[in-house]
Amino acid sequence: MTEQKSPCCTESNPGFIELDAYIDSLKIDPIDPERKEKLIMTLHKAQSIFGYLPAEVQKFIANRFAVSHAHVSGVISFYNYFTTTPKGKTKISICMGTACYVNGANKILQDFENALGIKAGQVTPDGRFSIETLRCVGACVLAPVVLVNDHVYGKVKQGQAEKIIEEYLVEYGEKVEEQ
Amino acid sequence: MITLTIDGKEVSVPEGSTILEAARALNLKIPTLCYLDLEKIHYKNQVASCRVCVVEVEGRRNLAPACATPVTPGMKVTTNSKRVLLARRKNLELIISNHPFTCLTCAKSTECELQAMAWEYDVQVKYPNGERMHHKKDLSSAALYRDPDKCIMCRRCETMCNEVQTVGALTAFGRGFSTIVAPAEKNLIVDSPCVYCGQCVSVCPTGALTGHSYINHVWNALFDPTKKVVVQVAPAVRVALGEEFGYPAGEIVTGKMVSGLRKLGFDAVFDTTFGADLTIIEEGTEIIQRLTTNENLPILTSCCPGWINFIRYYYPSLEYMPSTTKSPQQMTGAIIKSYYAEKMGWDPKDIVVVSIMPCIAKKYEASLPNQESYGVRDVDYSLTTRELAKILKEGSVDLRYIEEEDFDSPLGESTGAGIIFGATGGVLEAALRSVYELVTKKTLENVDFVALRGLEGAHEAIVDLGDRKIRVAAVSGLGNARQILDKVVSGEEKFDVIEIMACPGGCINGGGQPYTKDRDVVLQKRMESLYQIDREDTLRKSHQNPEVLALYKNFLGEPGGHKAHELLHVENFDASVMSEWEHN
Repeated sequence: MTEQKSPCCTESNPGFIELDAYIDSLKIDPIDPERKEKLIMTLHKAQSIFGYLPAEVQKFIANRFAVSHAHVSGVISFYNYFTTTPKGKTKISICMGTACYVNGANKILQDFENALGIKAGQVTPDGRFSIETLRCVGACVLAPVVLVNDHVYGKVKQGQAEKIIEEYLVEYGEKVEEQ
Repeated sequence: MITLTIDGKEVSVPEGSTILEAARALNLKIPTLCYLDLEKIHYKNQVASCRVCVVEVEGRRNLAPACATPVTPGMKVTTNSKRVLLARRKNLELIISNHPFTCLTCAKSTECELQAMAWEYDVQVKYPNGERMHHKKDLSSAALYRDPDKCIMCRRCETMCNEVQTVGALTAFGRGFSTIVAPAEKNLIVDSPCVYCGQCVSVCPTGALTGHSYINHVWNALFDPTKKVVVQVAPAVRVALGEEFGYPAGEIVTGKMVSGLRKLGFDAVFDTTFGADLTIIEEGTEIIQRLTTNENLPILTSCCPGWINFIRYYYPSLEYMPSTTKSPQQMTGAIIKSYYAEKMGWDPKDIVVVSIMPCIAKKYEASLPNQESYGVRDVDYSLTTRELAKILKEGSVDLRYIEEEDFDSPLGESTGAGIIFGATGGVLEAALRSVYELVTKKTLENVDFVALRGLEGAHEAIVDLGDRKIRVAAVSGLGNARQILDKVVSGEEKFDVIEIMACPGGCINGGGQPYTKDRDVVLQKRMESLYQIDREDTLRKSHQNPEVLALYKNFLGEPGGHKAHELLHVENFDASVMSEWEHN
């Protein structure tokens, strides 16, 4: 699954040049055991460039740090922030913080999952939508809260998911057929 | 020196020592599970994850892990208070509560460190109801078998794989309860850089990492009346198998092993050492050719499939360096199914060749698409020394009570040179004994190249071949191999011949050898026994093996000739093999 080359990460992608230059600036000494301390900041940088950390990016970093791919993968797997799956063009984030949760955020999440046919952490096959969960966004008064890209939807009710998705489909220039 | 008190006894140990080391100086046994120190091969796992070695330190609120707590002056330690014993038991119970209760059928049963400790500590957990981890078993390779549910997160395998072998196939993936020790991205082992050296298996305290078993395949072949089943045994097996039958480490059980195998019903019992002698003739020829033309140096040995996998993955640009000779296992198989088959009037397709190896990577090697001759597999099944012990026991053979017998002819004839293949430096020494005589046309009086012997990771020597002096090295352990290869690539060091073995110490320490708790001592004994067999052998140079000479005279023709190339050489970097290794 992770082996498939995504268009973002072919070697001609300018992102690799940027990442390479960034790692150059860290002046990694391949035999210094402390070089691993710079790995996490490099992963942050890489994720900001590519949006996620696919195997090709991990191996690129592993090579530059003279560590194994397994090591890089292990570090990534430890931190929730890092993701190895690409995000959709439209990123739907459902807040699972305490206030949202007690106001039924899990049901809202299910709604979105059912509507798009994917689970939290996944992206639709056409790359348009991804769902993820996050912790408190600081808008508890609006609980339950859904973030779509940077737009906040408050007091989301069950059944509203499809309407929200529709708004973005319209943006893609597609009317949704009435069923 | 730092002085402290443990259980009321005073002890002085060097600064930086741990409580565990200080206790051992007093002959006090503190139990350990995740901790492992193999000094000779520079392996130390000290992650303090199992908490079985906890002790009470006066003035300290919580219990301290003895394996990772440095001593301080005046420290007062108690190793067996009620609090300590209860905590140890509880920690063990917690580990066991997330461990399958399948000991009866587990490949590691009776050798499992967790099982032994549960017994010692009288752990009384019933089948626990709590949450348990469930991961898929990894059966993807022909060699290594991973059952992550049996993993206790000791991280010994990771330390071996990453720090000693520098293979970097394993990592702790995820966090908390869902952590799993696995290849990058939780991939299958075939999609990782794993070279199947099996050193992780040799340090795994439980059955989480073992080798693939082919015992049933072998029984099926033995009970199939249409098959001729021929077995070959590697040099390092005969000095380790005895341990499985209660003999002291290093006991030489060659004759008993041969008669045991015959009792199981094998149609012929051959010696891979014959193939080792044959390897020397072919590889020696190649060495002399490369020295003569001064091209493609250094030549690297190709007997060890773990090492060949390592160069395939990490140094594919050096593909011209390793010798093209097949390993002794594959050569012996190829000759059984050609020369011996012809001699016996057997159809090669009806022959099943079983090899007994101290190794897990040999299973992988035997399964490779290009390891065949004239359309038949060179070797059908490869069993480890441990599997041999099992199959003998299942077949009602107790080594202690059987007579010694000799290998069958002609592939039972061997020399001391072939025998020492089982220890690091042995292949190189054997090659030098022959190359020296073939190049200088003089008799080598003292055949012992002692500078190349010993369990240390690297040895080197300069050998005078008359016209030229050659610089040779023998390296064991893949981390050491990486060091020397990097120097060769950078041009910092120049060698003519380098022997490389994946396992530290060579095949005597292979991933298929009997498990041992006292590895440093056991390895030394196994190694000494190989050199003893060599010393007591009347023939000590491969090119004096009469059956090998007869094989060339009657069947193969010239060493390095056409037929020899068809049967005894292989493209190690063949596309059919490399496709698997090119994922970086």
